Amino acid sequence: MHTHAQQTSVPPLVRDRVDNFHGQQLLYVGWDHHTMICAPIALLVSPELRFGEVIDDLLPASAFALHPEWPQIDWAHVEWLLADSPFAPEYNATLKTQGLGHKAYLRLRTPALHGIAGSGA
Amino acid sequence: MNTQDTRRPAGKKLSLKEKYALMTRGLGWDTSYEPMDKAFDQLGLEGIKIHDWDKWEDPFRLTMDAYWKYQAEKERKLYAVLDAFQQNNGHLNISDARYVNTLKLFFTGITPAEYNAHRLFAMLGRQFPGPGAAIACQMQAVDELRHVQTQIHSISQYNKYFNGLHDHTVMNDRLWYLSVPKSFFEDAISSGPFEQIIAISFALEYLLTNLVFMPFMSGAAYNGDMATVTFGFSSQSDEARHMTLGLECIKFVLEQDPGNAAIIQRYLDKWFWRGYKVLGLVSMMLDYMLPKKVMSWKEAWEIYFVQNGGSLFNDLSRYGLRMPKYWEQSVAEAEHLSHQTWNAFYNFSGAAAFHVWLPSDEDMAWLAEKYPNTFDQHYRPRIEHYRKLQAEGKRYYNPSLPMLCQTCQTPLIFTEMDDPTRTSHRQLEHDGDTYHFCSDGCRDIFAGQPDKYVSAWLPAHQILQGNCVEPGAEAAGDPGADALRYFHVVAGQDNLDYEGSPDEANWLRWKGLDKTPPAAAA
Repeated sequence: MHTHAQQTSVPPLVRDRVDNFHGQQLLYVGWDHHTMICAPIALLVSPELRFGEVIDDLLPASAFALHPEWPQIDWAHVEWLLADSPFAPEYNATLKTQGLGHKAYLRLRTPALHGIAGSGA
Repeated sequence: MNTQDTRRPAGKKLSLKEKYALMTRGLGWDTSYEPMDKAFDQLGLEGIKIHDWDKWEDPFRLTMDAYWKYQAEKERKLYAVLDAFQQNNGHLNISDARYVNTLKLFFTGITPAEYNAHRLFAMLGRQFPGPGAAIACQMQAVDELRHVQTQIHSISQYNKYFNGLHDHTVMNDRLWYLSVPKSFFEDAISSGPFEQIIAISFALEYLLTNLVFMPFMSGAAYNGDMATVTFGFSSQSDEARHMTLGLECIKFVLEQDPGNAAIIQRYLDKWFWRGYKVLGLVSMMLDYMLPKKVMSWKEAWEIYFVQNGGSLFNDLSRYGLRMPKYWEQSVAEAEHLSHQTWNAFYNFSGAAAFHVWLPSDEDMAWLAEKYPNTFDQHYRPRIEHYRKLQAEGKRYYNPSLPMLCQTCQTPLIFTEMDDPTRTSHRQLEHDGDTYHFCSDGCRDIFAGQPDKYVSAWLPAHQILQGNCVEPGAEAAGDPGADALRYFHVVAGQDNLDYEGSPDEANWLRWKGLDKTPPAAAA
């Protein structure tokens, strides 16, 4: 239902619109079957960032790098998903040019790695 | 002014029936300068139709004069016990200082919610034109304020000795995990009057109340916390009245018009799911935080929701109501909920106002027994890994910010029930923006009222927008340190592990368990 406050013609306050991030945008990254990192992470990034910089600079400074299987990731064989759809990132292209807009959710899958003691953690 | 009641001989006492008639129903009147629907202007907005407010049955038939008398008596008893608690150093009788962390969660998460409940019922008392309903709401508004006050007075006994209890109102406004209960109440209080009363009186106070009351109050009793047991008892009879209001309200609304059932079902679907998501905090309290366990979350959910809730919905099926949407999922998730929630706090204990710890061998044996389908397979290996890291002095802290659900505001820590180590995630596009959710239930709630939830104050995003800096303070340049100061969490004192905390050091000293020589301890 809508109360009076919601019936006025004032447009709703979209608190997380991209303009509120001062030229940056949000990018979420999750690592499937590695629940030691308790939730996908939220990164503040420039739309001009190259995808390679996410892998080489941002993720190594994130919770991902503290997972014991992080050093074993074979980056040539990582499967990427954009939310639920397969995604083929271009290492040298920017986020913007490959459609990774504000609040895009990237997932990486590493089928050879099964989490702590094979538990998916 | 003539105060003499001319309807009966002077000096004659009123019968209970007369008193009830005069002091509740007799207080109502129809407006004459303005039409009734302008005086009660929120009533028509939700599409609920009420044809006769006089059909409202007040099962307690409580009048204000009797109310004050009962409440005053309860207060006298409560404060006598609190005095005794203080004089006898009652805080030393708890099972273990770890227990106090459940009070920190209660005080920062639930006490402010009681205050919001006070505001909500005060507004409802103004919105309902039927005096029976209006007076029940006004009494509940006063009850809720009393609960806030008794909780502040009881828990202040602990605030003298333990950290993290010093600033519950600011913490409730700002601290990331408290946005989960805070947004729940703000969602309710910004709804229409019928949705408000269904959300709080029925979904929370009737359907889910035992899942809040039992863990905290039985947990307190099992763990030697007489102050909390006492305020629990003091509010219990109020809670019984509140539950009855919830049930009376839903039956009244359903009997007034056959068209009301579909709207009420929508509210129930929403508020069951909203309430269930807040209860994640309670699940970890039962399974991980109480030094002496009462029961597991899975057992509590089975008894209080599946069995009791199931028979309630059986009764309500004659009005065309069914169990709330996605309830089966909550049962499947009962195998996982507490383990996933506690793991999130282990990850982010640097940014919490209470301490965390790893379960002992004995705790893990209990968890394996209570969760034979999931604990050893999914959760024990992770805890053993954390233990190993801690033993090596390499305790794992998550340095990143989490992705949050737009509706319940919980980090996306829950998993898919058909693939229990994969994050459960849903998303939808609205007005050119993408929104993310932890579950189908939260996505559906957003889809029903997108304009409401696009304005959610999501802590992780607020930190990244640069809005979580203590007013008047200079930014430290480190968003983590700035955020902690903004939360009013004192680093190294309120946060991090129980082991090594000032709380632990004090407790060991008071209980004579400190093995460190005095010089080294200083």
